[in-house]
Amino acid sequence: MADVALHPNRVPATKATRRRNGLHNALRRKSTVAFLMTLPLILLVAAFVIYPALYSLHLATLNKSMTKFIGLGNFEFLFKRDTFWLVVKQSCIFAISAVIFKALIGFIVAHFVHNVPANKQRRWRGMLLVPWVIPPAMSTLAWLWLFDPSYSAFNYTLSFFGIGPIPWTGDANWARFSVILVNVWYGAPFFMIMYLAALKSVPEQLYEAAAIDGANWWQRIWYVTLPMMRNIIAITTLFSLIVTFANFDIVRILTAGGPLDHTHIFATWAFRVGIEGSDIPLGASVSLFMVPILAVAAIFILRDISKRGNEA
Amino acid sequence: MSTITIDKAGPTRKVKKYGSISRDRAWALRWSYFFLVLFAIFSLTPPLYMLITSLKSSAEISAATNPWWVYHPTLENYIGLLTSNQFLRFFWNSAWVSIIVVTITMLISVPAAFALARMKFWGSATLATGVFLTYLIPDTLLFIPLFKMFVLIGDWTGIQLINRWYVLLFIYPTLTVPFCTWIMIGYFASIPKELDEAAIIDGASWFQTLTRIFIPVALPGLIAATIFAFTVSWAQFLYPLVFTTSTDQLVLPVGIITTLIKGDVFNWGQIMTGALLGAAPPLIIYAFLMDYYIAGLTAGATKG
Amino acid sequence: MAEVSLRKVVKRYDEVEAVRGIDLDIADHEFVVLVGPSGCGKSTTLRMIAGLEDISDGDITIGGDIVNDVPPKDRDIAMVFQNYALYPHMTVAENMSFGLRLKHYPKAEIKSRVTEAARMLDITDLIDRKPKQLSGGQRQRVAMGRAIVRNPKVFLFDEPLSNLDAKLRVQMRIEIKKVHQKVRTTTVYVTHDQVEAMTLADRVVVMNHGRIEQIGAPNELYHKPATRFVASFIGSPAMNFMPCRLEDVDGRLHLRLTDRLAFPVPPARSARYQAVPRTERLLLGIRPEHIAEARPHLHPGVEPFEAVLDVTEPMGMETLVYFTLEDTPICGRVNPNAGAQDGAPLRLAVDLNNMHLLNEVTGVVL
Repeated sequence: MADVALHPNRVPATKATRRRNGLHNALRRKSTVAFLMTLPLILLVAAFVIYPALYSLHLATLNKSMTKFIGLGNFEFLFKRDTFWLVVKQSCIFAISAVIFKALIGFIVAHFVHNVPANKQRRWRGMLLVPWVIPPAMSTLAWLWLFDPSYSAFNYTLSFFGIGPIPWTGDANWARFSVILVNVWYGAPFFMIMYLAALKSVPEQLYEAAAIDGANWWQRIWYVTLPMMRNIIAITTLFSLIVTFANFDIVRILTAGGPLDHTHIFATWAFRVGIEGSDIPLGASVSLFMVPILAVAAIFILRDISKRGNEA
Repeated sequence: MSTITIDKAGPTRKVKKYGSISRDRAWALRWSYFFLVLFAIFSLTPPLYMLITSLKSSAEISAATNPWWVYHPTLENYIGLLTSNQFLRFFWNSAWVSIIVVTITMLISVPAAFALARMKFWGSATLATGVFLTYLIPDTLLFIPLFKMFVLIGDWTGIQLINRWYVLLFIYPTLTVPFCTWIMIGYFASIPKELDEAAIIDGASWFQTLTRIFIPVALPGLIAATIFAFTVSWAQFLYPLVFTTSTDQLVLPVGIITTLIKGDVFNWGQIMTGALLGAAPPLIIYAFLMDYYIAGLTAGATKG
Repeated sequence: MAEVSLRKVVKRYDEVEAVRGIDLDIADHEFVVLVGPSGCGKSTTLRMIAGLEDISDGDITIGGDIVNDVPPKDRDIAMVFQNYALYPHMTVAENMSFGLRLKHYPKAEIKSRVTEAARMLDITDLIDRKPKQLSGGQRQRVAMGRAIVRNPKVFLFDEPLSNLDAKLRVQMRIEIKKVHQKVRTTTVYVTHDQVEAMTLADRVVVMNHGRIEQIGAPNELYHKPATRFVASFIGSPAMNFMPCRLEDVDGRLHLRLTDRLAFPVPPARSARYQAVPRTERLLLGIRPEHIAEARPHLHPGVEPFEAVLDVTEPMGMETLVYFTLEDTPICGRVNPNAGAQDGAPLRLAVDLNNMHLLNEVTGVVL
């Protein structure tokens, strides 16, 4: 090394190549290490997410005993069945109305919480988030008990007002209402928390400026709050749409698809035909119908994320 | 609607020019509390009803007295469940699965997040996006092919994984790892670049930078991710329902639903007790670590 | 303790050359400041010395050894960052000793070094606090302490004072100078603030567009800038530049500024400028302090003229006056009692003994 330093002019060629190799090695070492650190993640996702996702495409083209390729036979079969169309309809009704109510209630409650003094907000937020914390399978059991045909605590209460008894899970329309109600109960707190975080990020000066400009409460929501929260509203709604569309626990436990398959959504019906009915290819075909809506929502979310990435 | 009117007068509270505004403000606060109480009742009714029912004897439940009140409180349901080997088995299965899954999740996602946040390499940006997309793929899309996959693995290798609780150790990470990696990327990326440069100059290797600087500094994120992984594993219902059937292999949610609901004979006192005990671990964690819990919840959408 | 030298050092990012071949020799114990506008390559140069950036071409030696491929930790350097980069989860003592602990120094030695550095920087009382509990100036001291305990060959400072408020910056500047007087470690210091550069440096390196414009002692740069860039970058308010050309009047060299305004060049300077073609487009460079109110008895080379002031800025010990000459804005510094008023005419005098003459096209000082 000292030699090199003393005669800097004599060794430029060897030095240059050595450096390039050294740099090259360092770079390669760094990305190799980085790659190794992500390898378990890649393997996990490849083996247990991507492969099964593709595998289900393959499964959907087989016959019930999985011995023969029948192309789109499963789908043809599904399209001819009334239950399938019932499931499509119910899935859309369930997901869309649940998400709308979750978003609305979340928005309103977030405003109420935002409105109380800051030192009391924590307590309210803590209480209102409890539905989201309880495992849905457990809380749905409580709802099932609240909706019990003979011992319903709701019907007991309503009887004092001369209402009821309401067949919460016994009648098709009431059962549809009930699963949506439970889903809204479970999911609204998530919206509330997200909106609350977004509300807190709106600078107070904007409201003051709007108030000085003479905006009334509605104009302030419309021109200040909503535009500032647009991103978070969009992304939370899309998230929730995916999760609600793919819901299983609540419907399975509350009605198990009944009465007469009127509350089945894709996931519960796929479980019924695929696992309970041992027709795995048909079950796979049913669950594949969730893909389009998921894909659309995912594209919108990704667009939002890459947009934010560019801004940053 | 009128409630929102009054509510939205809130932000003007600092403009103290008009006396009416502070009066509006007081009313807004009263209405806010009124509706918050209503929403709190709505939110807390099911868990409270679990508690009420769990304290009743079967006789009191079938007597159909006021369902909202306990006339003869008893701990017999708790004693019954906590001395039942079957229930304890469910509980331990759940606990083991959740703890091991949390460990696996952290071991996979923390190094991956570090690599993706700091060591830019070919395809790292795509991989980060891919991780996020994976998080969006729901369990209900994958349970049928996964089930078939594990059946085939059993057929080919003779290693029986179906109807073993440890099969869940392979599957749960698909739910926890993508999200945990995603939020850890966010937390790691928010650490100033100079901090790792200072560590490098101080002589720390990549591994030391991760363990001695990044993990301690991003500890809140790590706790949030751990809580998330634990609650997801604890609450998961579909996969154990599909993959396990023998009563000694079941985890808590599935165990309660399949064993306590016997045909049409619902032992509601025990079911509610079981549900409450099943809800207890996440609730306790939430009660003590609420801020981390909420940070993790909002991190997914606000980071990145 | 060591000298640092850079030989034809180049840094390329894809197509962009951030540093375009820098030669620089820093002597042992020397305090060198790299100064220049943002994007001039000064930080990149510092980071290449630190080893945080790879060198695209050229050589860097520290203490006689080529360190091109040596990782930062083996270069025996310490660095102070702009945002301090203190480890938020460690106490002050732990922050300062982190590097030593990684190298498995004996506990007693670590303790004595930390105590010594803390005493030197007057942060002994803060030793068990976390960075969050410290003020900006205290954090800055800790960051310096972290560098000092390592007892490295070279200190590197990357804009260490930019995050401090003006008052604290002056205070810490003095602190840094004191520390350097005590430990005498070779120091490379990067800043965009020419005042910092002037006050701290043994030698200042002015950089622009990835190249070194001039290297010299602070006073040398101030009084003998080599280029228009250096002349305008060093000194505040900046040097005035007025378009002009040379002409011969009655056998004497004159500076023609406008049709109505021309000054004789002082005899001491005439010889130097005699060879410049009379048609060349030139710039007269003159610092604001050399444009002052006209006194009754003017020294030779000090030429009076009258100007209508646009704006005056009373600064207390002086008043800055702004006026225009053929659309060129000019700033002068006059005595507060000279009676300068906005919009009023004032009799001023320019001290041509301190003039600079520049080629307008190349920007080179003649």
